[in-house]
Amino acid sequence: MPDSLADIYRREVGRCTATLIRILGDIDLAEDAVAEAFALAAEQWPVRGVPPNPGGWITTTARNRAIDRIRRESTRVDRYIAAYRLRAEDMEPDHNPELGDLDAFVDVVADDQLRLMFLCCHPALAADTQVALTLRLVGGLETPEIARAFVAPEATIAQRIVRAKRKLHDNRASYRIPRPAELPDRLRPVLATVYLIFTEGHTATSGDSLTRTDLSGEALRLGRVLAGLMPDEPEVTGLLALMLLTEARRAARTAADGAMIRLADQDRSRWDRALIAEGHNLVRACLRRNQPGPFQIQAAIAAVHADARTSDETDWAQIVALYDQLYDVRPNPVVALNRAVAVAELRGSAAGLAALDALDVAGVADYQPFHAARADLLARDGQRDAALAAYDRAIELTANPAERHFLESQRAAAGNRPGG
Amino acid sequence: MPQYLLSVWHDGDYSDLDWSSEDMARIGAQVNAVNDTMRDEGAWVFGTGLRPASSATVVRASGGEVSMTDGPYAETKEQMGGFWIIEAADLDSALNWAGKAAAACEAPVEVRPTDA
Repeated sequence: MPDSLADIYRREVGRCTATLIRILGDIDLAEDAVAEAFALAAEQWPVRGVPPNPGGWITTTARNRAIDRIRRESTRVDRYIAAYRLRAEDMEPDHNPELGDLDAFVDVVADDQLRLMFLCCHPALAADTQVALTLRLVGGLETPEIARAFVAPEATIAQRIVRAKRKLHDNRASYRIPRPAELPDRLRPVLATVYLIFTEGHTATSGDSLTRTDLSGEALRLGRVLAGLMPDEPEVTGLLALMLLTEARRAARTAADGAMIRLADQDRSRWDRALIAEGHNLVRACLRRNQPGPFQIQAAIAAVHADARTSDETDWAQIVALYDQLYDVRPNPVVALNRAVAVAELRGSAAGLAALDALDVAGVADYQPFHAARADLLARDGQRDAALAAYDRAIELTANPAERHFLESQRAAAGNRPGG
Repeated sequence: MPQYLLSVWHDGDYSDLDWSSEDMARIGAQVNAVNDTMRDEGAWVFGTGLRPASSATVVRASGGEVSMTDGPYAETKEQMGGFWIIEAADLDSALNWAGKAAAACEAPVEVRPTDA
């Protein structure tokens, strides 16, 4: 079956926009030109058929339309500037403008996508702005879609995107791929943005459905694009592996009535074995490089979980060791919390509670998973009243209805246990 | 080449700073070194420290009348302690200079693009 226009749009729009920004030197002009070309495609393709290289058709059409418009509408000075930009397509001093063969062309297009990712995730932009701009320009999502996905007012998202484009423009942000020396600092926000999109899709902070597939799917798509563009960056591979291994559990995470099922209670036959196999291969490939980073270690943890046929078969010693390693590179309370939960599985609830109590309480006072984990361990340790109080705090901090329902049923079960 | 304002910010108007202290001597030497690098690499346009914010006067002109008030315009705790105007090829280059400036001044530096 041939791809629908919507499929082609989703696959190509980011790439086309990325190239048009380089050619036109302006984000808004590029977006308008690409939108115009897709509108033309919607008219022509159903009649004349889809061209063999739809992305190339869109890029060329958008470019020609933009040039026409610049010629038609601009003043002489604008025309001069535009002509200069169109000649100076090579805005990256170290890229070779000789497009002798198709491979070189493909490389340039790939470079454009990377340029756009790094521009959208420029460290001078706030994290939520990086996310909105990436979804808009790289993902091709419309502002209302982004607003719906994040349960934010459309006007807020629209303003965020307009401000970001304005800031990048006013500051003369360059459209380039960071140099190797800059890469570690510049890659971090790119990976964080993709993962934030994924986790938002995986556990919606609010809204009725626990999983918002659209965002997870978009993050996976971005992760695959990045991994294809930067095959030699183990953290990029690690991020993709982590997302695949997490996504593999999606069907098992929610019951028929939408309620959340925690890892230990999931029906593992519902895990997606193909995604797990792909994730495993990636974990092995990046660990072989021996440059461990936080995403690779988290992916390795997810891989250990995926290896266990039942919850009881989980290699908790391995998981605690991996959390120790993760804490070395990311010493934050969230990692320490997850480590404490693994310690409880390995050495019992009392050991887990001791590890939790060692946490910096101020850092996790408003962190729902801390109170939920503590409540669970207290209940298992037979400390009923303390467990109920911890559940109350966790429920108070939960905005997601599926999670709240889960916690309420856990609290009821703890209330029925003997002890106090 | 685009020009950027790099401004150095302090909590307080720093009128109580002891300019003869070891800290100030160290910071002064660090700032001089950054100034030299900026000049060597062609980024320097202008730069200076400012006298305390309490020494400022705000002048307003309206309806042909000019009036003055004593003290800085912004009644905030944070005040600008000095600034540079630099030339830089792009934002990343400006941010790179700002990093050197912040380390030298041991204070946060705001980067703001100019119309120039």
